Amino acid sequence: MEQKITFTINGEEKSLYVDIRESLLEVVRDRLELTGTKHGCGVGECGACTVLINGEAFDSCIYMAVWADGKDIRTIEGESCGEKLSVVQTAFLEEGAVQCGFCTPGFIMTTTALTESGREFSRDDIKRELAGNMCRCTGYQNIANAAEKALQTAKECCGENCCGKH
Amino acid sequence: MSVIGKSYKRQDGFAKVTGRARYVDDIPVNGLLHAKVFRSPIANGRVLSIDTAAAKALPGVVGVFTYEDAPTHSFPTAGHPWSLDVHHQDIADRRILNDRVRYVGDEIAVVIAKDEYTAERGVDLITAEYEEYPVLLTPEAALADGAAEIHAGTKNVVGSFAINIGEFAEADKQSKHHFQAKFTVPVVQHCAMENHSAYAYIDENSKITVVSSTQIPYITRRIVGQALGIAWGKVRLIKPFVGGGFGSKQDSVLEALVAFCTQKLCGRPVRLQFTREETFVSTRTRHAMNMYLETGVTDDGILAARKFDVHALNGAYASHGQSICSKTMTTYAMLYGPKTGCAYNAKGTTVYTNMPVAGAMRGYGAPQAVFAVESHMEDIARELQLDPIEFRLKNITELGWVSPTGIKVRSIGLKECILKGRELIKWDERKAQYANQSGNIRRGLGMAAFAYATGVFPISVEVEAARIMMNDDGSMQLQIGATEIGQGSDTAFAQMAAETIGVPFEYIYVVSHQDTDVTPLGLGSYASRQSYSTGLAVRKAAEEIRAKVIKYAAANWNLQEGEVDVVDGWIMSNGKQIVSLAELALHSHCNNKTAAPISADVSHNPDGNPTAYGATFVDLEVDIALGKVTIKDIINIHDSGKILNPQLAEGQVHGGMSMGIGYALYEQLLIDAKGHVLNENLLDYKLMTFPDTPDLKASFVETYDPAAPYGNKSLGEPPTVSPAAAIRNAILDATNVAFNSLPITPQKMIEGFTAAGLITPKEAN
Amino acid sequence: MYDIKSYINATSIEAAVSALAANPNAMIIAGGSDVLIRIRDGKKPQAELVCIRNIPELVGVTETTTGLRIGPATPFSKIAANELVKKYIPILAEGVSQVGGPQVRNVGTVGGNVSNGATSGDSAPSLFALNAKLELVSPEGKRVVAIADFYKGPGKVDFKPAELLTAILIDKSDYQGYRGQYIKYSIRKAMDISTLGVCAWCKLDGTKIADLRIAMGVAAPTPIRSRKAEAAAIGQEYSSELIAKIADIAVSEGKPRTSWRASREFRLQLIHELVTRAVAEAVRRAGGKI
Repeated sequence: MEQKITFTINGEEKSLYVDIRESLLEVVRDRLELTGTKHGCGVGECGACTVLINGEAFDSCIYMAVWADGKDIRTIEGESCGEKLSVVQTAFLEEGAVQCGFCTPGFIMTTTALTESGREFSRDDIKRELAGNMCRCTGYQNIANAAEKALQTAKECCGENCCGKH
Repeated sequence: MSVIGKSYKRQDGFAKVTGRARYVDDIPVNGLLHAKVFRSPIANGRVLSIDTAAAKALPGVVGVFTYEDAPTHSFPTAGHPWSLDVHHQDIADRRILNDRVRYVGDEIAVVIAKDEYTAERGVDLITAEYEEYPVLLTPEAALADGAAEIHAGTKNVVGSFAINIGEFAEADKQSKHHFQAKFTVPVVQHCAMENHSAYAYIDENSKITVVSSTQIPYITRRIVGQALGIAWGKVRLIKPFVGGGFGSKQDSVLEALVAFCTQKLCGRPVRLQFTREETFVSTRTRHAMNMYLETGVTDDGILAARKFDVHALNGAYASHGQSICSKTMTTYAMLYGPKTGCAYNAKGTTVYTNMPVAGAMRGYGAPQAVFAVESHMEDIARELQLDPIEFRLKNITELGWVSPTGIKVRSIGLKECILKGRELIKWDERKAQYANQSGNIRRGLGMAAFAYATGVFPISVEVEAARIMMNDDGSMQLQIGATEIGQGSDTAFAQMAAETIGVPFEYIYVVSHQDTDVTPLGLGSYASRQSYSTGLAVRKAAEEIRAKVIKYAAANWNLQEGEVDVVDGWIMSNGKQIVSLAELALHSHCNNKTAAPISADVSHNPDGNPTAYGATFVDLEVDIALGKVTIKDIINIHDSGKILNPQLAEGQVHGGMSMGIGYALYEQLLIDAKGHVLNENLLDYKLMTFPDTPDLKASFVETYDPAAPYGNKSLGEPPTVSPAAAIRNAILDATNVAFNSLPITPQKMIEGFTAAGLITPKEAN
Repeated sequence: MYDIKSYINATSIEAAVSALAANPNAMIIAGGSDVLIRIRDGKKPQAELVCIRNIPELVGVTETTTGLRIGPATPFSKIAANELVKKYIPILAEGVSQVGGPQVRNVGTVGGNVSNGATSGDSAPSLFALNAKLELVSPEGKRVVAIADFYKGPGKVDFKPAELLTAILIDKSDYQGYRGQYIKYSIRKAMDISTLGVCAWCKLDGTKIADLRIAMGVAAPTPIRSRKAEAAAIGQEYSSELIAKIADIAVSEGKPRTSWRASREFRLQLIHELVTRAVAEAVRRAGGKI
């Protein structure tokens, strides 16, 4: 059974027919060929498939594709442009928050939602807000450092000459 | 050194933060089919009959194959280099598909369909009848007289090994104090974020080509050849980005099966992507072990006589065989290298059980050993009222010691690591502060030391190759068979090549993907060996490039070879810049008289195995009534020789520590009496989440090992080895209750504290 | 892909109820964090789904003349951030903000947490302590039941055929003047199932306990109230001794089971300790000094 849905993906409007059985993750990876979003568990435990839906972090593996109708969806592919990285991507790279890289897109998307929330986060808050993303390589240490740095950079940026996008 | 020792950003970092890095499931494949495995629901038995008719009739199903269709010979799966010595060859006890099933999850049949969903429905339609045998889950059951054999003719023994330095009973006569203890460790799983996955097709040269998330492409090529019974050169292995391995991908888990699928379907591409549940149950685990220690100590606090008996539970298939258990036994000796007159008698047996298969996992038997040994050392120190740090320092291995396998210690910073840890954790100050505590919340300090080898010499071959090709702008491609799986080895190799050739780091591009039809030989990522073994090959190739550059410069710019240097991408002579490497490179490509593009293609077979050392120090708080441990401060101090890239090195330490903390307090694969894994998912398997993980600190004591390419020693695995014992010892320090079985879960603590009288048992009406 | 046979996107309560009435196999889906996982596990083959996430009346928290009305399809993260919830019933915010992780809380709903009947649900102890009432609509009409009467056993709740949970109601009298705490005990700090959950909800009258409610999850096959412990406290001067007595009584009311996740004895210890801590904190938050 198929249904037509219309949504924006990384700023671009799309209409397509999706199967009611499909998850948003499957549509993003298999139909839109945006394979930066990863499949790690299929049940919303690891966060590797995190995308932003209307600015909030969701596990796309347990999100029915039909629900994407009318939504604004962002994946890791939309966060950089050519060589230009987002504030969060830059912080992850600089702080050594990346090892195998499989959890990285999910972490970057969740962190991006934090930087755009306008809220302030202590280090413990950061740990709690990123608790839905698992990593086996880093012990989370440098990810915490990267998230702190990204939040600080975003805050400073928004203070004066905001680039308009973090 | 100008490039080595600096924190260059990872070469693959940009690809990974942008989502451009393609892992095996991200690669588009035309006409791809999907396979799903029909697995055994019983732990021990035989399939009497199987009915696949309904699955075959399902629209969209392309093929259904069972054990009746698969080759009947057995093959080995371990990621060990092949040995020409038949006694050192891995045990061949695995078939692609089985009627004799040995654990819940054993592969019986495979369904291939147009998509994963249809393949799953096809699996649902298969039915089978079984004859069931008793389920053997403990060494006692498996080794009992008359126990049914999981593999015929083995008596359920995978292998056994003994180390006998001196004779315990004789040496023990010098001892004044005698100690005995038993320690047990659980089954745990690697939990790489990327599940196991591979696809296979037949390529334009009629080679069976497998693209796999593997740590060991060359070894896996050989294993697939063995499994299919075809020449190894008829198989091609490609390794794209790998989303973590930790040893679970140092084994051929699914490549033979997916290669068999494409072979059966005339080369059509087939993908086999494991679910998280399959990754937990049907890949590899870390060995559960029961360890028995006996120790005699002199009045001076010197270890005089030691016994170490180990039972390792291997699960249903041999995988790495006895070698992990043997590593457990040698780790003890490497940490406390027996002094003159001290006996070390160790005996290890690896046992078949009807459980998921144990294989390599970060630390390869050492985390088990160090948990037992360092817990035991702590208990001895307490019993004898010795300072636990001084007691260790008296007994640790010293420079010049020669291991039972003939490895001489040529660099050791263990003492310095321990002293540095003592300082950093404020040991003496906090010890005094935590003395005489009462109440529900108590603090404790603990430490544990370790030793860890770098590679597998002299047990296995260590040969590695490297190829460098200079482009016409002076930049270079470096190709190695060594695999980047997240640890940062590619970046370290680029630093090595840049250092030795004399060019900036940015000049070196490392080809991160291995293709056995293209890539020079390499054995792969295991044993924390690549920066050492492959590093030696990279250095050799870089030296050759440098020599060729100098020779070409001398010949074409009229210089004396002996006076030419390459510095920062410039050809120098007598301190003056003569020509840029870019110009020289273009000349070497395009000059129609002298053109000779510069490249090197070398291999090196190392004959050393330097030992890395280190220690964990931890300060923690115990909430007795809740059985909760909060780590307040934890630090790992490592002697890994020269540190190649501090930021990447710290990242390795953090990750290893986190795995070690999980081993201490959280992780355990639970298996019921029928052999079913109860918690094969990331909800019930307690992989630490972000807020569970304390801030992790890494520190180094840099030594320089003369056998290593740049003084460097192993670092990938060592950080995992010592945290568990340190945490156990700190809980003991806080509460006076010793936990000798991992993981030290809240329930275990409540039970222990209740038994010790710290908690009154609660009883409901 | 999920093994789903049909999907109806209901846009009104009436549409949802008639879709349920038309198909006895139909299942409600709201956030999906529970339903989709059961489908993936093969527990609901050929699922026939009626989706209620787009019914506006079922989402959000409103203040009525009698108290609060909580839309069951409101995601946990929206409940936790809701100003009315934070002001009047912070113990519910405390409960739902400990469900899973941030992503799961953005999708999972409070109504789903109640409807699946799990004793470990993180909203249950708080809702039990608040004497929550459930508004249910079926083709037979509307009814309101006390939450304690809705839970029938492990994973079992009292849905009549084609019945939909349309609101969770909290009376003013159940929160005015009360303060409390929900403590979730789990092995991990996030992404985990409760080993034991305790909610204490307290109203003081000077140095006396005017009312106390103690609700526990995983202390029995369904969430329970510790009525005897509550009775022993009401009207008494609060003190550490009283709390110790309450905790002993709460232990006697618990009927935890041994499972591979935790033993009965371990859970009894947790009841004692968590009741002690939650009640003391509830007293403090209600303005007491202890």
